[in-house]
Amino acid sequence: MGGVVAENTILTGKHFMNGDEACAEGAIAAGCRFFAGYPITPSTEIAEHLARRMPMVNGVFLQMEDELGSIAAILGASAAGMRAMTATSGPGLSLMMENIGLGIMLEIPCVVVDVQRGAPSTGLPTMPGQSDVMQARWGTHGDYECVAYAPWSPQEMFDLTVLSFNIADRYRIPVFLLADEVVGHMVERVVIPSSEQIETWERKRPRVPPGEHFAPFLVEDDDLVPPMVHAGEGYRIHYTGLTHDEQGYPDMSAERHHHLVTRLVNKVRINQEKMIITESYDLEDAQIVVIAYGCTARSARRAVREARKLGIAAGLLRLVSLWPFPADQILEYASNQQTFIVAEMNLGQMSREVERCIKRPVSGVVHAGGAMIPPGKILAAIQEAAR
Amino acid sequence: MSAPIIVEEHPLDILIRADRMPHIWCPGCGIGIAMRCYAQAILESGIAVDRHIVVSGIGCSGRVAGYMNVDSYHTTHGRAIPFAMGIKLARPELMVTIFSGDGDLVAIGGNHLIHAARRNIDINVICINNFNFGMTGGQFGPTTPKGALATTAPYGNPELPFNLPYLLAASGANYVSRWTTLHARQLKEAMLESFSKRGFSFVEVLAPCPVGFGKSNNIDDGLEEMVLYRNRCVLVDDGDVREDELVIDLREDQPIMIGKFIDRDRLPYQPVKCSAD
Amino acid sequence: MRIFDRTPLDIAEVHIPRGQVYLIPDRCKGCELCVQFCPQGVLVTSSEMNAKGYHYPTILPDKENACINCEFCALICPEFAIFSLPKDGGSGG
Repeated sequence: MGGVVAENTILTGKHFMNGDEACAEGAIAAGCRFFAGYPITPSTEIAEHLARRMPMVNGVFLQMEDELGSIAAILGASAAGMRAMTATSGPGLSLMMENIGLGIMLEIPCVVVDVQRGAPSTGLPTMPGQSDVMQARWGTHGDYECVAYAPWSPQEMFDLTVLSFNIADRYRIPVFLLADEVVGHMVERVVIPSSEQIETWERKRPRVPPGEHFAPFLVEDDDLVPPMVHAGEGYRIHYTGLTHDEQGYPDMSAERHHHLVTRLVNKVRINQEKMIITESYDLEDAQIVVIAYGCTARSARRAVREARKLGIAAGLLRLVSLWPFPADQILEYASNQQTFIVAEMNLGQMSREVERCIKRPVSGVVHAGGAMIPPGKILAAIQEAAR
Repeated sequence: MSAPIIVEEHPLDILIRADRMPHIWCPGCGIGIAMRCYAQAILESGIAVDRHIVVSGIGCSGRVAGYMNVDSYHTTHGRAIPFAMGIKLARPELMVTIFSGDGDLVAIGGNHLIHAARRNIDINVICINNFNFGMTGGQFGPTTPKGALATTAPYGNPELPFNLPYLLAASGANYVSRWTTLHARQLKEAMLESFSKRGFSFVEVLAPCPVGFGKSNNIDDGLEEMVLYRNRCVLVDDGDVREDELVIDLREDQPIMIGKFIDRDRLPYQPVKCSAD
Repeated sequence: MRIFDRTPLDIAEVHIPRGQVYLIPDRCKGCELCVQFCPQGVLVTSSEMNAKGYHYPTILPDKENACINCEFCALICPEFAIFSLPKDGGSGG
């Protein structure tokens, strides 16, 4: 796992491909050889595509009995050394939450794809939403930091899946790919590079051989990432979801708990500059800053272009990563009393974060989900702000 | 000899995390006996200790993972089996055993239990059945006999319990047996048979839980429950038993059937492979 | 001294195993399974206590040579606290 992947497993070339399939191909290109999932609209195509492709690349495809089994199975496969992924939507993500906490606590890398749909509850299974943003951030119990990417195109479904595996392996965390039904189902040009062009980041491995004394959760590096031991390598390691010491043994003390949870949180916080990605469009002189992500960013891009044609100094800050929250990147455009507009397909989940960050109100172009926010609505908000 | 020789190490200490002894289980609890059988079975299995993996869930029985000196995973409640499936299918050469309890495997984990048995995944499940949720103080569970008392059944359990061998046989497991912690020799042999059996193996182990179960049900201590096993258990030869006879009823003077009930060779699960083009 | 109806032909070769009991007192939790299930009745709960206050077993005074190394105490102990090993010089008769 890692390193050079055989050329014929990666579909190098130009494709006209739907977002879900591009995500599946991204997983294969990243060296993922284990998928366990449960069908749920609008992510089912990822499972269906991998059911066909995993056997071709000597990987394992498992359709589990439910989402709880799916997330548990990918954690087990990853604990045994494989890059592993699952794909679901809002209701399934809710079911996976407890074991996402297990992945955080055991520091087991994995990728969880959530192709968001109208929520809450059964909601709108076949229509888009972006309302799992906070669920990804806080869905499992306890304090933790989260890494989540929001693709806005099938190309990004491919690229960000590859990146998600790298971030997951490098920092030993579950990583979310928060797509939405529009991006998952739209068909667009996807360029798949050759294997040499695809970077694969390795997991940190122990520096001593099995048999020598080794504390698996002792952190000796500044990045706060301990080396990862896989099942069956002879280190005889104990992994437990209980609060544990450096040996991995349960340690039921308040002091140990604070130390461990703080390290797990800081492990993401101190490395967040390598995780956060934003893209700016026309922001250099912008007086109105639109923030958007996923499919909504496509409408926002159009709205900002139209606004510029009308002479309004508007720009778009597209959040490619949703978490960790890109506070520094946002503050860069907040020093001159710019007006902030957040456009999102939920009732203000990211707006609140932006407000908290810039310490002043933001305008929201919000919709609970079901259809893309049309560019006109965002343009109207820009024009209103320009008055 | 005039007295036992006092020592500080046990021959099986190489297989347990002796630095964590004594373990947390109550005096008279049977889990330690089952764990000792498991450790001995590992040594006699002919498979390198480094290839043995144990996965457990939440509960007193789940704590076994923390005491075994093999690669061990103490996972979430009810999800040990799918976690173990992930390990096994990623590294098929590993010997993966799930060691957990009746609450973890059969209540919250019941769905995964029957599906893994249906698929006949090549993993070994050791299910300690002490008839209650012990860790949380003695609530009733899906194997608690009807009428038994528990902290959430102060008037007696109103529910009928699972018949675990029947459930596992119907789900498709290749190997199903039931022993008690009194039958330590047979229990160790059953674990060895599970290791060498391809496909899903399930060993139900009846165990005393004096604090969680026995205390509320007129079984004063672990010893008394072991004596109860000795008096009531009937060994079934070659699986010749009716399914209704497999139900456990501790209230009346009913026999408890133990033995090996299913030993068959349905094809174990294989992930789909494409032929080389 | 054992009495037979007929003397077995191999009586000179048959050796009844003898065992020595080993104990780790600090692991014992006084469950008394070993005491009750020893087929030779070799063990008894002593009045000694370990650091946690549990009474661990000792050998009955007249059972000093009765252990036949069946190892059932080791099999039945939940605590990895007791085991037996062969003692030299076990013999029949």
